[in-house]
Amino acid sequence: MSGPSDYQPSNPALQWIERRLPIMGLVHSSFVAYPTPRNLNYWWTFGAILSFMLGMQILTGVILAMHYTPHADLAFKSVELIVRDVNFGWLLRNMHAVGASMFFFAVYVHMLRGLYYGSYKEPREVLWILGVIIYLLMMATGFMGYVLPWGQMSFWGATVITNLFSAIPYFGESIVTLLWGGYSVGNPTLNRFFSLHYLLPFLIAGVVVLHVWALHVAGQNNPDGVEPKTEKDTVPFTPHATIKDGFGVACFLLLYAWFIFYMPNYLGDADNYIPANPGVTPPHIVPEWYYLPFYAILRSIPNKLAGVIAMFSAIIVLVFLPWLDAAKTRSSKYRPLAKQFFWIFVVVCILLGYLGAQPPEGIYVIAGRVLTVCYFAYFLIVLPLLSRIETPRPVPNSISEAILTRGGKAVASVMVALVAAGALFLGSLQDARASEGNDRPPGNHWSFAGPFGKFDRGALQRGLKVYKEVCANCHGLSFIAFRNLGDPGGPGYSVAQAAAFASEYKIKDGPNDAGDMFERPGRPADYFPSPFPNEQAARVANGGAAPPDLSLITKARSYGRGFPWFIFDFFTQYQEQGPDYVSAVLQGFEDKVPEGVTIPEGSYYNKYFPGHAIKMPKPLSDGQVTYDDGSPTTVAQYSKDVTTFLMWTAEPHMEARKRLGFQVFVFLIIFAFLMYFTKKKVWRDSH
Amino acid sequence: MNPDASTIAAGAPIEVDLSPVAEGQDIKVFWRGKPIYISHRTKKQIEEARAVNVASLPDPQSDEARVKSGHDQWLVVIGICTHLGCIPIAHEGNYDGFFCPCHGSQYDTSGRIRQGPAPANLAVPPYQFVSDTKIQIG
Repeated sequence: MSGPSDYQPSNPALQWIERRLPIMGLVHSSFVAYPTPRNLNYWWTFGAILSFMLGMQILTGVILAMHYTPHADLAFKSVELIVRDVNFGWLLRNMHAVGASMFFFAVYVHMLRGLYYGSYKEPREVLWILGVIIYLLMMATGFMGYVLPWGQMSFWGATVITNLFSAIPYFGESIVTLLWGGYSVGNPTLNRFFSLHYLLPFLIAGVVVLHVWALHVAGQNNPDGVEPKTEKDTVPFTPHATIKDGFGVACFLLLYAWFIFYMPNYLGDADNYIPANPGVTPPHIVPEWYYLPFYAILRSIPNKLAGVIAMFSAIIVLVFLPWLDAAKTRSSKYRPLAKQFFWIFVVVCILLGYLGAQPPEGIYVIAGRVLTVCYFAYFLIVLPLLSRIETPRPVPNSISEAILTRGGKAVASVMVALVAAGALFLGSLQDARASEGNDRPPGNHWSFAGPFGKFDRGALQRGLKVYKEVCANCHGLSFIAFRNLGDPGGPGYSVAQAAAFASEYKIKDGPNDAGDMFERPGRPADYFPSPFPNEQAARVANGGAAPPDLSLITKARSYGRGFPWFIFDFFTQYQEQGPDYVSAVLQGFEDKVPEGVTIPEGSYYNKYFPGHAIKMPKPLSDGQVTYDDGSPTTVAQYSKDVTTFLMWTAEPHMEARKRLGFQVFVFLIIFAFLMYFTKKKVWRDSH
Repeated sequence: MNPDASTIAAGAPIEVDLSPVAEGQDIKVFWRGKPIYISHRTKKQIEEARAVNVASLPDPQSDEARVKSGHDQWLVVIGICTHLGCIPIAHEGNYDGFFCPCHGSQYDTSGRIRQGPAPANLAVPPYQFVSDTKIQIG
C-alpha cells in the first residue's frame, strides 16, 4: 500500500487483470515484498492475531445470525436452540462468545505493546488514532452483542449502559429514547442493537484497512524504536513475518480453544442464563471483563455526570497520547523511568478491573478512587513530566547493531521461575481449601468434570426418574424435548424408548377443525410440559416465589469463587460451581434454624441458599423414589443423580464438546510445533 | 428511530385499583415498560418522610409535593433508580424506603434520594385519583 508497484504476474490472464486493476501488485507490495524490521519480537504478532480474530468473529457471527431471532420473547430461546439443535451450533456460539473476549484480550496486548514501545510517536500518530477508533467501535460492538442473548445481564447491562447517556445535560433523555426506541429497554432496543451489531464489524474492518494502510506508509515500529536505515535492517514480509505471525496465531489458538472447549462459561456470567426480566434487577450487575476497568472508574466518582465523563475520558485520553508524551526516545527499553511507570500502569489497570467486579462499598470505593487518579496521572502527569526530566539510555545506531548487542534469554528464565512459583502457590492453596469450612457449597467429584469428563448414564437415568417423580410437580424443563433422551451423549435411551417415554405424557395441541384445543399423547418432538400455564400461576401456587425452569439451572446458578480461586480455576478447568450449588441446596435443608437467623413465615431454612430463607420445602427424603438398579435411595444419591441429569439438560452436547476439544488440541499442538520449526528455518539467516 | 406508533399507543394511561393494597403494603405495576411502585404508607412512614429537614436533602423536595393532598398515605413513584436505571427494592435500606442493589443508592419513604450515587429523587409519574380507591397513571 505504499505507492505503485512494479510487480508483474507471469500468467498472461493475471497480467491482463493487473493492467486494469493492480490488485496483485497491491497485495505483493503490502504483504510479500514489504520490508519489515528484523528485530520484531512476538508482541508484534498480535496485529495478525487481531485480523484473524476479526475474520473469525464475522464468519461465526454471520452464521449465527442465520439462526438467531431478534425478538424480546424469542431471542433467549433461539440462542438456546442454536446451542442445542443447530449442527455444531454449540461450537459456533462458543467460538463467537469466547472470541469476543479473546479479541479484547489481544487488543489490550496490542495497545500495551504500542504504549511500551512508543508506537504512537511521530510519524505514527494517525495510525495510533485509527487504532483508538477501532477500539471504540469494538467496545460498542461487544456491548451490543452481549445484549443479544437477552438474558438478565444482557437486559440490565443494556439498561445501565444506555442510561449513561441520560447524564448528558439537555439532550440526554432524547438520546436515550432514540437508543431504546420506546419508553424503556425492550423489543425495539433489541432490534436496533441486532442491526447495529451486524453493521459495526464491517465498519471495524473498514477502519482496519485504513489502519494497515497507515502502518504500511509509516512503516512498522520495532522494539528498539529506531527507523530501518539500510537493507540489512529489514526482511521481506513473506516469508519472514508471515510465518512468524502464523506461529503466533497458532499459539493464540491454543488459548482460544482452551476456553471454547473446556471452559466456555468461565468468562461469562451465570445470570445471563436466566431470561431477561424487566421486573427484577440482579443483585450485582457486572459488565463483561473487558469493560471492568472503565466501569470501576465510572463508579468511583460519586457524581453521575462526572462519572460518565471520567469513564469516556479514560479512553479519549489515548487520542492525545502522541502529544502528551513528547519524549524523543520511542522505546521504553531505553527509558529506565518510563519502563517502571509502564508496569505500574499495567498493574493499575488490572486492579481497576478487579475492583470493577466488586460490590461498590467500603474499601473498594476508596481503592477505586485512588486507582482512578493513578490512571489519569499516568497520562496527564507522568508521561509529560518524564519527557522533560528523564535521561534515556543511548539508542543503538541501527537495528542490525541492536541485534548484534542483544542480551541473553533473561525473559525465558523469568517465565520458568514464575511458572514454578505459581505451581507451588497453587499446591499450597489446594491444601488450604481442603481444610476450609463455611457456607460455600462443598466440592463434589462429578463424572462430567475435567477435560475427559463424561456423563454417568446410570446417574442420568436415575436423575430423570427423580425429576419426573419429584421436581416436575413444580419445575418445568422447557428446553428439553423427549427426543433428546435418545440423543448421543445423553441418558442413553433408544429412539423407541424415548418415544415410549413421550407417549406417557398428555400434550395440549390444537386447534383442531372444530376450533378446539385437545390433548394427545406426547411425541418425541414435543418438549417437557411445564407444570404451570404461566409464571403468575406458578407464583400464586407457590407462596409468591415462582419455581424456576430447570433446563439451565446448573448454568444459571453459581457462587463467587473470589480471589485467587478464579485464577486457578482457569488451570484446573473447574467449571462445576453450578452443579455443586444445586446439589448443596438440595441437601442443605435443616429443621433447626441456627441462632441469630430469622426465617419468614412460609419459608424454610437452607444452609446454602443465599439469605438462607427458601420458599421451596425440603423436596427429597430418603426412600422417596425407588431405584431399579440397586443404587442407594438416599437424599445424597438423589441429589447427585438429579444434579447430573440437570447438568446434561443445561448442556446436552458437553461430551461432544470435550471430545472434539481433545482432537483440536492434538492438532493445534502439532501444528504449532510445525509452524515453530518452519519459522526457525526461515529466520535462520536473519538473526 | 423514535418510538413507533404502536409503542406510543401501548403507552396510554392505565387505571389501577388500590382497594386490595393494605396499609404497609405496596404493589408494582408496569406502565410504558417501567415498574411503578404504589405504596400504602403507614402513619410512621409518613411522619418519617415529613420530619426531614428538606433543605438538607440532595434533591430538596417536600413529601407533600410528592403525593396528592388528601391521599397522603399513597406514594406513587417510578421504580427506576435515577442513577443508572436499576429497580430498587422496596422496604430496604437505612431509610425504610428503597434500596438499589446495583450501586447502593438509598431512598426514603417518600422516594427521595438520601445516600449513594443517584442524583435525583425517584420520579413521580403523572397520575390522578379517579376515585378514592382508583388512580389513573399517565
